[in-house]
Amino acid sequence: MSGKAVKEQSMVKQKELIQDHYHELSRAPETGRKVIYTFVPGNLTELFRAFDLLPVYPEINALQSAMRQKSTLFINEAERAGHAEDVCTYVKTDIGMLRRGNVGPSGEKLPPPDLLVLSYTGCFTFMKWFELLRQEYDCPVVMLHTPYQGDGKITPSMVRYMVEQMRTEVIPALEKVSGIKYDEDRLKEAMALSESAETDLVAVLESAKHRPSPIDGYFGGVYYIGPIFNAFRGTPEAAEYYRMLRGEVEERMAQGLGPVTPDGLLANEKFRLVVEGPPNWTSFREFWKMFHEEGAVVVASTYTKVGGLYDTGFRHDKEHPLESLAHYCMGCYTNNNLPQRIDLLERYARDYSADGLLVNSVKSCNSFSAGQLLMLREFEKRTGLPGGFIETDLVDARYFSAANVKNRIESYLQMITQKRAPSARAEA
Amino acid sequence: MSLQTLVERAEALYHDIDLRFVAQWKQEHDGKAVGHLPIYVPRELIDAAGMLPVALHGAGDQVEIIRGDAYFQSYICQIPRSVIELALSGRLAALDGFLFPSTCDVIRNLSGMWKVLFPDRYVRYLDVPQNFSVEVGGKFWTEELREIAADLERLGGRKITDSALAESIAKFNDNRRALGELFELRRGEPWRAPAREAYLIIRAGDVMPVEEHTAFVRAYVQAAREADRVKRDHTRVAVTGAFCEQPPLELIETLERAGCYVVWDDFTLGARFIEGDIEVQGDPLDAIARAFLSRSAPNACVFQPQGPRGGWLVETVRRTAAEGVVFAAPSFCDPALLEQPMLEAALDKEGVPHTAFKYAENLGQFQVIREQAGTFSDSLRLWSEA
Amino acid sequence: MKAFVGIDLGSTTTKAVFLDESGQVLGRGITNSRSSYDLAAKIARDEARVSARFALLERSLKADEGLAAEAERLRSELIAHFHRHQQLVQLGRLREIAFVEAHAPRVAAIAEPLRERLAVILDAMEAEEKRPRLGILAKQTSEFFRDRAASAFSRLAEERADSTVKFGDLMGIFDKAILQVENTSFELKFDDSLREAAAELVPAMGAEQGQRLIRVVETSLDIDLDEVRTIGTGYGRQRLPFAKEDIRSEILCHGLGAHAQFPGTRTVLDIGGQDTKAIQVDENGIVTSFQMNDRCAAGCGRYLGYIADEMSLGVHELGPIAQQSTRHVHIASTCTVFAGAELRDRLTAGQRREDILAGLHRAVILRAVALLARSGGVEEQFTFTGGVANNPAAVDALQELVHENYGARTLNISPGSIYTGALGAALFALRAGEERWEAA
Repeated sequence: MSGKAVKEQSMVKQKELIQDHYHELSRAPETGRKVIYTFVPGNLTELFRAFDLLPVYPEINALQSAMRQKSTLFINEAERAGHAEDVCTYVKTDIGMLRRGNVGPSGEKLPPPDLLVLSYTGCFTFMKWFELLRQEYDCPVVMLHTPYQGDGKITPSMVRYMVEQMRTEVIPALEKVSGIKYDEDRLKEAMALSESAETDLVAVLESAKHRPSPIDGYFGGVYYIGPIFNAFRGTPEAAEYYRMLRGEVEERMAQGLGPVTPDGLLANEKFRLVVEGPPNWTSFREFWKMFHEEGAVVVASTYTKVGGLYDTGFRHDKEHPLESLAHYCMGCYTNNNLPQRIDLLERYARDYSADGLLVNSVKSCNSFSAGQLLMLREFEKRTGLPGGFIETDLVDARYFSAANVKNRIESYLQMITQKRAPSARAEA
Repeated sequence: MSLQTLVERAEALYHDIDLRFVAQWKQEHDGKAVGHLPIYVPRELIDAAGMLPVALHGAGDQVEIIRGDAYFQSYICQIPRSVIELALSGRLAALDGFLFPSTCDVIRNLSGMWKVLFPDRYVRYLDVPQNFSVEVGGKFWTEELREIAADLERLGGRKITDSALAESIAKFNDNRRALGELFELRRGEPWRAPAREAYLIIRAGDVMPVEEHTAFVRAYVQAAREADRVKRDHTRVAVTGAFCEQPPLELIETLERAGCYVVWDDFTLGARFIEGDIEVQGDPLDAIARAFLSRSAPNACVFQPQGPRGGWLVETVRRTAAEGVVFAAPSFCDPALLEQPMLEAALDKEGVPHTAFKYAENLGQFQVIREQAGTFSDSLRLWSEA
Repeated sequence: MKAFVGIDLGSTTTKAVFLDESGQVLGRGITNSRSSYDLAAKIARDEARVSARFALLERSLKADEGLAAEAERLRSELIAHFHRHQQLVQLGRLREIAFVEAHAPRVAAIAEPLRERLAVILDAMEAEEKRPRLGILAKQTSEFFRDRAASAFSRLAEERADSTVKFGDLMGIFDKAILQVENTSFELKFDDSLREAAAELVPAMGAEQGQRLIRVVETSLDIDLDEVRTIGTGYGRQRLPFAKEDIRSEILCHGLGAHAQFPGTRTVLDIGGQDTKAIQVDENGIVTSFQMNDRCAAGCGRYLGYIADEMSLGVHELGPIAQQSTRHVHIASTCTVFAGAELRDRLTAGQRREDILAGLHRAVILRAVALLARSGGVEEQFTFTGGVANNPAAVDALQELVHENYGARTLNISPGSIYTGALGAALFALRAGEERWEAA
């Protein structure tokens, strides 16, 4: 199948990118390159690049640990050390990983941070997470506080506040740790590359408007957002990756092909869903299978917008680099207020001709989860489409009950089928 | 007023979950009332706009939660459920506006839920700065305060003049001092002001106009000083973690019954979030902003630019001569529970004993906590004898 | 005759329903769920088939002009005789296994007296079973052999136990034997048992009527019961012994089943052992939204199970005791982790058992009502299903809470509420069966 052959090209490229990055990280103690740790939402990757800094994203390490079935061990380790069962399991996975040798997803040891860049965007836990890491690593933290869009808007005062933080705190801290002087031209260069990658990413995600959708915008989507949410936004490699990916997806679309799943091509699209909330990582493939074996394709998801909400028009703007970074941070999905989030879901349902909204409510993440039941009800009220609700966790296997989740997903899909039928006599 | 009368009054207000007191105040003053959630909201602004600030601390075990549970998963703490329940059952009808401070993601998202559920009420999320430079965080916070002030002026129908605001600041400064006097009494002679009573007296400030509450607190302090009460052979503990969702009254009582004098706590921390006085000279909005930057209570919800955390707790233990620390956090409370390991590490380093448990505002049984607190108290005694 | 079968594998019981082509219920069966889902499904299905057979028999009796007037009485008596026959078969099996167990090395020291006492007990049980009984006919079908046998055996064992053969020794044998009896499916030999039952009735009937009965029984036995389609549902849906296309979600089945029982139903609450479901359906019984409880057991039957264990009571005893409450005890949190401690705490504090239980029932139902609110509220009419619907104190609490929060609502509880899921599944079987014919 030609679609699959082309597909592999971008996957190979992505794999290479990530492997190179981890390899470079593992060599940092020898090469002397400086390492910063930071968070995916509101990350300042272009800025870090301008200082030749290597970023590490503990959230990504945590989810990768879960996919490699290591998170349970790490969580236990952290809980034994006094961390409560109630709190975020990303944090506990990260701390457990650190205490067990800090071996990263590639199997190579991760270097300790020279600086923790606390991009405090849309998640309260981030603040505590890096305060905890500061004590573990005994290294400095620089805070970048992203004001929340409490009233659903970004005011000039909010932008000023962020830009001032960058000028007076973040940039000096980066200069100090890297020994490199801030050069706005380098930043602008990276931002131009970001813009190109972002436009291509949006085209990829929006391909799901097509019937059948050539992609899965959630389970597949998490792979597509990898490079842009990770360390590569603003690099020529990332721009190249997205150009390549877009080409492949457009080719699939032209051929009328469905998404590729770990179990092969999804040929028969029966359900088009919008999904709110992050996926479960401990049983990621099993979780995905519960959808694709029923012919359910996720055409749009909010999770793929946590590291940047590009499909509503935002692009990094090299003409106003710091202001644009501020807008980027404040625009990330979990930094939007609940009414904005409901609007977005409603818009997705309409633009992507979805059959309904499924909420995956994760125990760890109150930023996502608190209020989801109201969002669901509002969505149903406004669109008349059915909503479904499942509960799992990000990386804590104790909170993924396969039978329970499958039961709910199947019930939900059967409900859609039944509702679709012209009369009550129809087969579910 | 006698000690008993004061405590009964406070008790009645504590149980006034329908906010009859607020409704009455509004009628008498032809004014409006603005509710807010824990922890920190500059109540001075509401007062200066001629409105009554009302601190919402949930409903404890006083209401059955149905509509609240409909909106929250089981792994989310209790306070947003009971606040929603109160609102949807009409018990918050006396409130004309709501402020939601940046305590955690749950309270933050609650502000958005409010916008959806109650579109005709004034709702605002307060993002306190996590940058503490006057030029950066200070400027932002002043700007935020200015916007809030403008909103409150519209809501209250009255201009917040500099002099009115300065006057409100002075009233709240006095209130903070009165609360300080009560804490001082409990630090020095805890048997004179039992934890339960002191708690109720402070909670009365949730709804009472500030000047009335100040007098109320002072009347209590004086009556308690004069009361003939027996000093018991209890140990002295500091309690932390309970700054947002409040422990049930019986839990506070249980601690003392189990042999622990609570000589310091962070219950209802919002009422004394600013430590010391806010300046009354100069631009009052600037003064409120600066006070937050430089003198907000050390707390899990405020970033601390330099580590390690927890020095303040060790210092508090020393200052109040507490023999140990009780970590009492609401189940699923992100700020308190994420903070706790850092505080424990700080205490361990200084050899301060501690114990920990979790609660929910509607907890119904206290036997386990009674036993735990009793054992802790006994061990503290052995510790000090050794 | 064509039959459509629905099977609901629940966490505690497995139910089966047979429908005829017009959607009328022909028969129902129920059994304890056990580790083998296949076996549980088979036993429930067998029972439902027997009950369907009796329904057909009743139709034949009613069609016979000489017997029509007495059709119901005859049916009941035939069922009673039939079941006694079946019970005796099972009792015989219990005896066989019990004696095998009594030879185990573990009890070698007391083998002789043990066997002696077992024989006395089992003889007495058999005699009791054979004694004519009236007035318990209808009840008998829903009673499990295990429960009947256990209560008789333990009563007799208590009488027979002494210092040589202790009560525990006897019950030990019983427990081992009953487990094996339960885990074997009997060839029920319906035809023979029914013929024998009829023969027992004939002598008291007069010659002509007796002849008629024999003839009608034979006619009804001639009817071929063709199980055209089976649909399965249930809690253990992951491992249901059915093909994927023959499985329907329990949510959909409950919605449709409740609609069939009470066509005005718009909201369904199902509280089972392991989970609680709040379901909204439209005028055709189609599910429009649903919510289920999460990991937390606080709002489902299991919680009452914990409480019953803690108080050393049977689950079915809780409701009636709670109904005696005169004083309201407010229990806010229903965390199962604290259930035991809370109970002891309150009992020590001098609160009365019935008041605490009433408070606990309200607390459990409170969680269910919250789930209803989450699914969209309580619409007119409202149908309550699942095991907890048989608990009168739970029903009282539900009625109260729904009234307080939603105003007047018609609360439907079917006496066959436990079969709601199986009924829905059978209706899906009927629809699926029809579609296949239409397509053919």
